[in-house]
Amino acid sequence: MTALAAAPPRPRAAGYWAAFAIVVALLVIAPTLLPPFWQRFVTEILIWGLLAMSSDILIGYTGMVSFGHSAFFGLGMYGAAAALLTVKPPTLSLALLYGLIGAGGVAVFVAFFATRLRDIYFGISTLVFSQIFYVIIFTWTEVTGGENGLTFRQPPLSILGLWSIPFTPTTFHWFVLAVVAVSYLVVRRITQSPFGMVLQSIRENEPRTRAIGYHVERYKIVAVMLSGLFAGLAGVLYAIQNKFAAPDFVFFTVSGEVVIYNVMGGMGTLVGPFAGAAFFLLLREGLSRFLTEYYLIPVGIIFIIMIIFLPQGLLGFLRRRLNS
Amino acid sequence: MLILENVDAHYGKSHVLHGVSIEVRAGEVVGLLGRNGVGKTTTLKAIMGMARRTGGRITFEGRDLEGVPPHGLAGLGIAWVPEERRIFRLLTVLENLRTGLDRPGVTPAHRDALLDKVYAYFPILKERRNQAGGTLSGGEQQMLAIARAMMLEPKIILLDEPTEGLMPRMVAQIQEIVHALHRDGVAILLVEQNVPLTLDAAGRVYIMEKGTVRHHASAAELRADQRVIHEYLGV
Amino acid sequence: MDQIIIQTLHGLVNGMVLAMVASGLTLIFGIMDIVNFAHGDLLMLGAFVGATVLGMTGSYWLALLGAAIVIAILGALLQVTTLRPLIGRDPLTTILATFGISLVIQKYALWQWGPSVRQISEPVRGDFNLFHLQYPWYRIVTAVLAGLILTGLWLFLKYGKYGIWIRATTQDRVMAQAMGIPVPLVYTAVFAIGSAMAAASGVLFGPFAGVTQTMGFDFTVRAFVVVVVGGLGNLGGSILASIFISLLESYAAILVSPAQAVIVSFVVLVLTMLFRPTGLFVPTPR
Repeated sequence: MTALAAAPPRPRAAGYWAAFAIVVALLVIAPTLLPPFWQRFVTEILIWGLLAMSSDILIGYTGMVSFGHSAFFGLGMYGAAAALLTVKPPTLSLALLYGLIGAGGVAVFVAFFATRLRDIYFGISTLVFSQIFYVIIFTWTEVTGGENGLTFRQPPLSILGLWSIPFTPTTFHWFVLAVVAVSYLVVRRITQSPFGMVLQSIRENEPRTRAIGYHVERYKIVAVMLSGLFAGLAGVLYAIQNKFAAPDFVFFTVSGEVVIYNVMGGMGTLVGPFAGAAFFLLLREGLSRFLTEYYLIPVGIIFIIMIIFLPQGLLGFLRRRLNS
Repeated sequence: MLILENVDAHYGKSHVLHGVSIEVRAGEVVGLLGRNGVGKTTTLKAIMGMARRTGGRITFEGRDLEGVPPHGLAGLGIAWVPEERRIFRLLTVLENLRTGLDRPGVTPAHRDALLDKVYAYFPILKERRNQAGGTLSGGEQQMLAIARAMMLEPKIILLDEPTEGLMPRMVAQIQEIVHALHRDGVAILLVEQNVPLTLDAAGRVYIMEKGTVRHHASAAELRADQRVIHEYLGV
Repeated sequence: MDQIIIQTLHGLVNGMVLAMVASGLTLIFGIMDIVNFAHGDLLMLGAFVGATVLGMTGSYWLALLGAAIVIAILGALLQVTTLRPLIGRDPLTTILATFGISLVIQKYALWQWGPSVRQISEPVRGDFNLFHLQYPWYRIVTAVLAGLILTGLWLFLKYGKYGIWIRATTQDRVMAQAMGIPVPLVYTAVFAIGSAMAAASGVLFGPFAGVTQTMGFDFTVRAFVVVVVGGLGNLGGSILASIFISLLESYAAILVSPAQAVIVSFVVLVLTMLFRPTGLFVPTPR
């Protein structure tokens, strides 16, 4: 497999980093230029984009479709909630930790099944698992607040207890941007590494990858863990931004929207999910002014048309470039 | 009637047929010989629209088969008996036959007549008519596959290795069927590894090697001079 | 003890309705490898159409027929416009496409009929007396109707000329085409039949709990479970599995809340996928 040969030279690296720097710079200035509503909107795009990117690890790189990302996201939210409600004073680091542990736990569980189920069975089982979590969270009112969820105060920005400043929407935005940017770079590094190459090889031709001698199961488990952790991270960020955790976010709808962002933005690109999230959320924002909740009718139709005529998504054309 | 002109075909990325030219006239039995893997089955699949044709033309009774959808070939009069037989295993023998019998324009009387005719050729099928196709023996399945094709009342039958894996008694039966079909005026493009049977049944024979036609002669000529056969088929 | 009898009846009745839903889904999957995410939503749309027809004509039977026909036509249109172009592509794309259709249908129903719950009144009033227990007649009638419709479907597939076409295409699409069977038409027809079955199920289920936009999702998920447990593409298996799963859920509802009872089906599903992936009632192929 050429993908496993020596790393190819990257002449386009300069162009890539320039683009990256520009995008980040724009996102840094954004809160100062935009009115509060749109400021928040951009922050949300980053969070949903992170969630969709985590799904891209599975869908775009390993070839495993997950319809249950809401479980990872939701457990991240509730994990953060647990930290912020049970430990006084509420700390950011603890919220992150608990959230990641929560999501990680679910990921281990799902990973176990990932290795034993292929293709469509895996997809269905992820859907089923997220629904099981939904039911448990929805009905276990004493612990999870049931239907109403949990509310809590936003923790201040603090790093290892050194200093502590309450968040403002702007500083929170920068915090999210930092987390998302670092996450993106980390995941990118991983997908470009030999490990990532094996994942792509699994997506292209699993039996052949196995025949060459790779323990496909182990790679899949790691992929699911990674995906789950970053999804959980997105959940923590969302919980902190909104100061609540609710079962709605564990329901299938979130998983479905994640898949939409992946498809619309372009699978296997890592940046595509962000574009997909932005595209969908902008469409929703724009159309819901005229159509209220019926915005999903034209957006749904656009989604279907894209599947038929633009299956590679908005940024799909970048896929080769980004994965050289 | 059926003319392949310079046909190139691809299976995925591999270029399997190179400039294949074959003709079968109405009522003729034409043999297609060659070792395993030379492209005989692919040639039939190209006619049936199942291999990607990348060059040349295939016409039937003057009509280019290019735009014809896969389910339109039966209506034109082309029937296919594939190498693996591919009978519908979960359908009964009768239901298998009905897939060819239930065509527009066939009156109930005509249907019964066709069934009687086929049962006369293959009494065993009548006996097993309510049995699932998958429970039949190899030879019986081959007979069913041919009978099913006959239900289409075709002008030409593409017969792919009908005697493969059959006992000598069955092979003789197949030989008789081919003769009978010929007598009925049905053209046959017979792909086979069984040389004596082919030389006996066919009028003309094409010999393929490595995806192209290497030799073309009448069966009589090939019977008379066995060297050609030796050269291409090593028998 | 009384609880058990009632729950058994519930399980059997619900199982028959679920069997109708699942049979459409498994037929569609068996013949064209499409996992129809929108199946439950077609059921929901059928229920709404049925409620509307009932409102206009006052006849439950017309509602049933009307819903089936309208949704059959819709199903055929959907298949031709959005699913036919996707034939031959990665199976993921059809799941996504039917998912998109599901979203559009849900919101369309909301737009067309508003958020309030619609009622479909029972076709038959009164209760049936079993020992000293009372059980609504209409539920028994529903189960019988479902059984009749399923029997009709089975007969059609077994003996009809088109039934043979459908079964042949399911087993070997290429050979069916070679025999002159117009496979693209068969695909459309099967999708239409599946949709009609879903719509009829919606009308049958209507009197049980009212008609809402979100009722579809639950059915879709349960139907998935049944189709896998019964064996993908296996009609008889999905009927057995429907009754099995519904009975299990009904019994579980004695101990936990109905919302939680659904976890039982999920557990069965996961166990089936792990240990008997070809289906619980299907012998594992050698």
